[in-house]
Amino acid sequence: MSSGEKVAGSVANYVDERTGAAKWLKKNLTKVFPDHWSFMLGEIALYSFIILLLTGTFLTFWFDPSQREVIYHGSYLPLNGIHMSAAYDSTLHISFDVRGGLLMRQIHHWAALLFMSSIVAHMLRVFFTGAFRKPREFNWIIGIGLLTLGIVEGFLGYSLPDDLLSGTGIRIAEAIIQAIPIVGSYLSFFAFGGPFPGTSFIPRIFTVHVLLLPGIFLALITVHLMLVWYQKHTQYPGPGRTEKNVIGYPLMPVYMAKAGGFFFVVFGITAFLGAVASINPIWLYGPYTPGQISAGSQPDWYMGWLDGLVRMAPPIETHAFHHTISWNILIPGVIVPGIFFTFLALYPFIESWMSNDKREHHLLDRPRNAPNRTALGAFGITFMLVTLANGGNDLIATHFSLSINQITWMSRIGILVLPPLAFFVTKRLCLSLQRADRELVLHGKETGRLVLLPHGEFVEVHEPLTDAEAWTLTQHEQLPALELPEVDAHGVRRPGGLRNRFRTKVSRSNAEAIAKPKPDDLKEIEHH
Amino acid sequence: MKRLSRYRRHRFAGPVLLVFALFMIGTTFSVASANTRLAASVMSRTAAIDEGRQIFLKGCSSCHGLNAEGGKIAPSLIGVGAAAVDFQVGTGRMPMADMSVQAARKKPAYNPDQVAALAAYVASLAPGPAIPDQQVLYYERDGSTAQGGELFRTNCAMCHNFAGQGGALSRGKYAPTLMKATPTQIYEAMITGPQSMPKFGDKIITPSEKLDIIKWIKAAQNEPSLGGASMGRVGPVTEGLLGWILGLGLLVGIAVWLATKAR
Repeated sequence: MSSGEKVAGSVANYVDERTGAAKWLKKNLTKVFPDHWSFMLGEIALYSFIILLLTGTFLTFWFDPSQREVIYHGSYLPLNGIHMSAAYDSTLHISFDVRGGLLMRQIHHWAALLFMSSIVAHMLRVFFTGAFRKPREFNWIIGIGLLTLGIVEGFLGYSLPDDLLSGTGIRIAEAIIQAIPIVGSYLSFFAFGGPFPGTSFIPRIFTVHVLLLPGIFLALITVHLMLVWYQKHTQYPGPGRTEKNVIGYPLMPVYMAKAGGFFFVVFGITAFLGAVASINPIWLYGPYTPGQISAGSQPDWYMGWLDGLVRMAPPIETHAFHHTISWNILIPGVIVPGIFFTFLALYPFIESWMSNDKREHHLLDRPRNAPNRTALGAFGITFMLVTLANGGNDLIATHFSLSINQITWMSRIGILVLPPLAFFVTKRLCLSLQRADRELVLHGKETGRLVLLPHGEFVEVHEPLTDAEAWTLTQHEQLPALELPEVDAHGVRRPGGLRNRFRTKVSRSNAEAIAKPKPDDLKEIEHH
Repeated sequence: MKRLSRYRRHRFAGPVLLVFALFMIGTTFSVASANTRLAASVMSRTAAIDEGRQIFLKGCSSCHGLNAEGGKIAPSLIGVGAAAVDFQVGTGRMPMADMSVQAARKKPAYNPDQVAALAAYVASLAPGPAIPDQQVLYYERDGSTAQGGELFRTNCAMCHNFAGQGGALSRGKYAPTLMKATPTQIYEAMITGPQSMPKFGDKIITPSEKLDIIKWIKAAQNEPSLGGASMGRVGPVTEGLLGWILGLGLLVGIAVWLATKAR
């Protein structure tokens, strides 16, 4: 034993005697995680969050969250002598007069976009593979919470510089708050400390942006990861992988190296984007004044779908009892997102209600083997894409020489027609893929080798699958649909008949599948 | 005569005659030259109007009418002034390539002399805004970029976007990008209000404010790409696209590579 090892050993021993860490570490450092690229999407979100914390702290050193009016005399001459808020002034200062300030601002913003897109990508992976099923429902809900808070946090960050674009966003947020019936105007006065824009909003959202929400994020992320740790990671089906084991590599050294390296890759790519691509060039937007607006004002992409919904809403208002209810803002701005996120959060419970499957699942589904869920996912993605595209309707109109009115109408029709169509098409595609799998298992792979038999018949030689391949294609279970009899054993109608009939119907649709090949099927073919 | 001739050898005769001769020559020259200049300008203006009329009859009258009185598909040009012609024809918007909702900027069909002739013809029909010359040339000296930016954001950005990149209007119409506009064209657009654009008369935006706006637009045309690739200066849409495609694309690619088993 070298002297270095001796010193290390005695330090470790000193710490262990006081904390008992050795046992815990020994157990946890060898914890096994399965290996797949799609399991690293959540990691991207985590690392972006760390980058956001670091760059955000840097930005707070100079940012002045105040709506106090100042006159600009900084380095950016096209704004010289213009009246603006201290928030905007200090953001310009960070951009042009603080060394590395613009780079940090841009890394912060790019990391925010990547944070949100990796959350969505991670969520889609979890959804389509059924990783949200028991026992992971709570973690799914925490994830939805992180997504929603991420949208809010991103929007607040976009609003802080008090430029013309962010002020426009706040104005729209104010309109959405005001559209809430009865309490809307009170809530708005409460949020803004008086009429819009006032002087309190930027300081308030600054505290929320840098203190409250990051704190909640840290707490939720910790719980999220602890649950992953405790419940163990799910794995894709394959030979040797069961509901009771985890096949993969130990945390130490494999994942320590991979994850540590990946953190630097994420940091590198955000820094690269921040260095080469301009993002949120607030000096071009100018300071916010309620009397000004720019054509093509857009939110960041994670709010773009909301903007798109509001843009496609037909102008419907009702006036009653000295109150105006703006349905054109209330429905797209509050009700539809509310329904969407509630459905998303409750989906694990809805699915288990449909399938009546209350067991634990640690093996992931191949998306084709859960056609109904996959089709629902396609429904959601299509819905979001239509709204997102309509959020950029003005840019689509100018860049593709189209009429904005026609785009709006296409979106209005599309939002009703395309998601159900996507549901139908995806479900059929999944069932077709199941058929293809069945075919593959029963008849093997086509080799393209044609053989002429003595009596003149041509046959193509099929190569049977390996056992491992056949296992992967047939390991999934196909639960029968729930059958709830309308009458009980005594011929008496059960209570809740309508609800049961509905549940049976939904369950049947959920369980629709192509029967997977059974050993008997294979034997029968071999017999031929 | 005799009395006059008596003085011909007077010692002042020479200087007096010299003064008289100089006066006469000067007067005659000034009268004669003034006359020819006036005549020449009247001549060339008439010729320009005539030439403009010929171009108009060939290229414009099928829509605007033989006497520019307008028709079912095109407005009357009586009183639109030389500025409107210089803008519409000088930017290639007129004659229109097709009957779409809006005339697009393209390569001008006529050379500058022909455009001037057309402008002279249309201006001869009734008084209207003239092509600005002197006042525009001094925007660099008299204008204020920062002030122009304020005015632009208040009056122009709602259609032309915060950086003058243009934006969508209703039913396929659009506010064009200002990245190719010359100072004269910007001034003409403000005083004539082409197509969907409102007219910004001198009471709404004073001539000196117009120079501010022109100076700001020129600055915006030459705005350096601070902070890296500007991606069209159209706001967060292109940023989101880049974030998803390049940012997440690269990261997923690397994740796939990291998860690949070593062989």
